Amino acid sequence: MGRFHRHDGEHEHSHDHDHDHDHEHGHGHGPDSGHGAELVGDHSGYATGTERIEILERVFAENDHAAAHNRAHFDAAGVRAVNIMSSPGSGKTTLIAQTLQALKGKLRVGVIEGDIATAIDADRLRGLAAQVSLLNTEAGFGGECHLDAPMVAHAIHGLDLGSLDLVLIENVGNLVCPAEFDVGAHRRAMVASVTEGEDKPLKYPVMFRVVDAVVVNKIDLLPHLDFDLGLFLANLRTVNPAAKVILASAKTGEGVQEWLGWLSEPAE
Amino acid sequence: MHEMALSRSIADIARRRAEGRAVRAVEIDVGELRQVVPDTLRRCWTLLVRGSDLDGAALRVNRIPAVLGCRACGARTTPTDLPILVCGACAAPDVEVVSGEEFLVRALEVD
Repeated sequence: MGRFHRHDGEHEHSHDHDHDHDHEHGHGHGPDSGHGAELVGDHSGYATGTERIEILERVFAENDHAAAHNRAHFDAAGVRAVNIMSSPGSGKTTLIAQTLQALKGKLRVGVIEGDIATAIDADRLRGLAAQVSLLNTEAGFGGECHLDAPMVAHAIHGLDLGSLDLVLIENVGNLVCPAEFDVGAHRRAMVASVTEGEDKPLKYPVMFRVVDAVVVNKIDLLPHLDFDLGLFLANLRTVNPAAKVILASAKTGEGVQEWLGWLSEPAE
Repeated sequence: MHEMALSRSIADIARRRAEGRAVRAVEIDVGELRQVVPDTLRRCWTLLVRGSDLDGAALRVNRIPAVLGCRACGARTTPTDLPILVCGACAAPDVEVVSGEEFLVRALEVD
């Protein structure tokens, strides 16, 4: 987890119904503090006969609980898991294909392939990975634009973790929603391609902030583009000073060794 | 657009914690740094609860402003140049998010 970890984690709550939930909220911005709240103050005017019960339960509590469960599964099997995110068309699947090719015979790699629909990417990787578990969010998950921890829990059942060393979780192509959901991986990486524009880190700061590594892909195209790599990197540093940055081309193979090095580093 | 998924999580929490009592309103805290659009969330909520046991339950959103704590000078400031998080006093980038990332169900109003 990077420097900008979620602070709502401080409000850990038990699922036990008998648990007393009236404890103090940490940051001193209760409903009486009046800043930014759209409905604050005296609620009694419309609340005759109703009772207000304080809950203070994190919306992500259930997801994070499932994520911790997934992580425990990976840990028990000695498997390292990496959540890989990007916008659509960044070259994420090509990078994963290169990764699988390079690691063949060295590491046993499983892939959890998240897509809204189709098995196109899963089929592309099937010959390369030791195991592929396809997760179409359209089927039974409401067509979600991201993977969440319960979905990944479902996909883990499609893998034999005992015979794997590394699991790559290819998230749905989207720079917004996947950033919000811990899926139980040990580390998060994203692929940003130089065809996407220098301002991406500023437009999608949460995504660029939550990741431990950013692969800047398609650098073989730099001579043909107006892309200002220096500006992109400066923008990236303003939202995430700590991430590992890898300049790569999944097409030519440039930078792929550095990426493999990062993948095989132990998580902090 | 994950507001529908979030609405489902909020509804699950409300249902579980109401313990069978009718829910009139659900009050949530959403930090300014979260990628949640309150209007979209309310629209999704309305669609989700229509015709369900939570039909008619209002969703009230408290927006929680971002506050940064500076590790260099110790100041607590509100970011003025979002999404760039730097100290408002000394401009150091070494800040921790003190608030603004909350996302929780604060309270229920039940019969």
